[in-house]
Amino acid sequence: MKFSLGKFLLPTYVALAFVFTMIPIVYTFVFSFNEVNKSNIAWKRFTFDNWLYVCNKQEVCEAFGNSIAIAVIATAISTALGTAIAIALGRYRFKGRSVTNLLLFLPMATPEVVMGAGLAAQFLNVGVAKGFWTIVVAHVMFTLSFVVVTVKARVATLDPKLEEAGRDLYGNASQVFWKITFPLLLPGIAAAAMLSFALSFDDFIITQFNSGPETTFPKFVYTAAVRGIPPEANVVGSGVFIVAIAIVMIVQVRASRKAKRLAK
Amino acid sequence: MATDFVARGQDLELVGIRKEFPGFTAIENLDLKIPAGEFFALLGPSGCGKTTTLRIVAGLEEATHGKVLIGGKDVSGTKPHERPVNTVFQNYALFPHMSVLENVAFGLRQRKIKEPLAKATEALQMVELEHLGNRKPQQLSGGQQQRVALARALVNRPALLLLDEPLGALDLKLRRQMQVELKAIQMEVGLTFLHVTHDQEEAMDMADTVAVMNHGQIEQMGAPEALYDRPKTAFVARFLGQSNIFVGEVVEENANTISIDCNGQKVSAPKSRSEKHSGKVAIGVRPEKATFHEDKPVLDSNHNLVGPGEIIDIRFTGVSNQYLIDIPGFGDITVFAQNVGKSPVVELGAQVWVSWKVEHAFGLSDLPPKADNDGE
Repeated sequence: MKFSLGKFLLPTYVALAFVFTMIPIVYTFVFSFNEVNKSNIAWKRFTFDNWLYVCNKQEVCEAFGNSIAIAVIATAISTALGTAIAIALGRYRFKGRSVTNLLLFLPMATPEVVMGAGLAAQFLNVGVAKGFWTIVVAHVMFTLSFVVVTVKARVATLDPKLEEAGRDLYGNASQVFWKITFPLLLPGIAAAAMLSFALSFDDFIITQFNSGPETTFPKFVYTAAVRGIPPEANVVGSGVFIVAIAIVMIVQVRASRKAKRLAK
Repeated sequence: MATDFVARGQDLELVGIRKEFPGFTAIENLDLKIPAGEFFALLGPSGCGKTTTLRIVAGLEEATHGKVLIGGKDVSGTKPHERPVNTVFQNYALFPHMSVLENVAFGLRQRKIKEPLAKATEALQMVELEHLGNRKPQQLSGGQQQRVALARALVNRPALLLLDEPLGALDLKLRRQMQVELKAIQMEVGLTFLHVTHDQEEAMDMADTVAVMNHGQIEQMGAPEALYDRPKTAFVARFLGQSNIFVGEVVEENANTISIDCNGQKVSAPKSRSEKHSGKVAIGVRPEKATFHEDKPVLDSNHNLVGPGEIIDIRFTGVSNQYLIDIPGFGDITVFAQNVGKSPVVELGAQVWVSWKVEHAFGLSDLPPKADNDGE
């Protein structure tokens, strides 16, 4: 048999890449079960205590709670606002449409450091005390762009005839939106919300500039890393990872089942 | 609310409709009256303004000028959902996130009609799809989707049903079958149908009245037979079926006929079937009304005769052949001859004379962009 380099090279390369990306995740997961007294760098003994009493380390839970609250509020605002903007940009021709498109692209193109610092300067100028709500404002600002881009792609695939059919079948503007437009855009809106949540939840740079004394989970981990990250943080990180993977798997399985059903 | 729902159709009247879009005028000046219960077809090439007209009636587009009256009531200022009108859209526009039954029940639910699902099931029975109520629209074939779209509109018993090229996406055989069904349903429910199409066969087959539209105006309107028998403009003569059209100066006029000179050959038409009686006139004849002769025939003055010419093309279409005859010094003329005996009746290259009865000729009000006789 002739030796083929490509036959071995590609699988090896893929396996290596997979291992490489998995190492830190596996490390975090494994060390969430480590019994620790000072630092969580060397393995000592297996324990479930970190998972069972995760809120014993109060700062971890507080930071985590803050991050969740901020991500939920910022996502709710940017999803609602972004969906409306996406529909407007996708469906209507109006003055300032291209300018709006450009402005929405800017936060994605601007380095986070610049945006964080710039925003911090604005809060200082206006005299707003930094804290929970300034983080929310900052997060809405940069997640909005991603929501608009994601939902706009969905709007582009939505046949305007469907909305016209709704109007023709005695639906007024709001009925047509809630019974036709919204359900059809929902997959896009849900994807945008998840993306927005993930971006907000693990943002560090912009948050660092605009948080003041308020702490978030990424900020806590960054600060704690100097002294050694507590295993409770590993628990939170692993937990988030597991939940995210579970959601993705459920969505995938449901989508493939639906495709199979439609094919029948 | 202007939504009064009736068991029978109502009449539609368009008064001085004009629609301008940035850069062009889609509808020039349209007046139209469709009596209640009629199957009316708006026929024209793409871009002639027929779909825009339909959208103005539905309320999806607002006319720049003019009024829309349904059952004598002015609905010009009202929203689509306030009009007693339903549309069957070109690609059906079925809601993909709802079951077939829910699609049909949508209009009923919006109007808060009692027992929407029972009534929707009834409507699906009418189109023989009650067994597919739980499916999603994308699981149906094109023909089935078309029927669901029809049921979804008809279940509301609109005063006026609008059909926007409803059969355009179906293959030929299914299209012919749906034409028969659609016509039968219209007779059964007695609603007013306004059907927009570019398929002349479809329009002639189904409609009580056909209006031929071109460049945002109605060129001619009437029963399909009348329209076919006596087109008044060159556009209608060629859009609705085929026509041979010859152009020339009127050289002879008597009590009943006018005659034009076409490169030395005389072509006549009855005065009663001509729009113009002097100057440069276009006279036409349908290809199936003309016959060819292998020997020069002896004919009276009730016939037009041209020739001799050579058969330069024969197209087989099944029941008949289309013969293209080139007559030197005169021009080209198309003749349809049925394949009752042998096919083709004469061979390519044969020399023939062509004749047709003067009473079958028609005189047009305008001149075609290109006539069939040489030099015009």
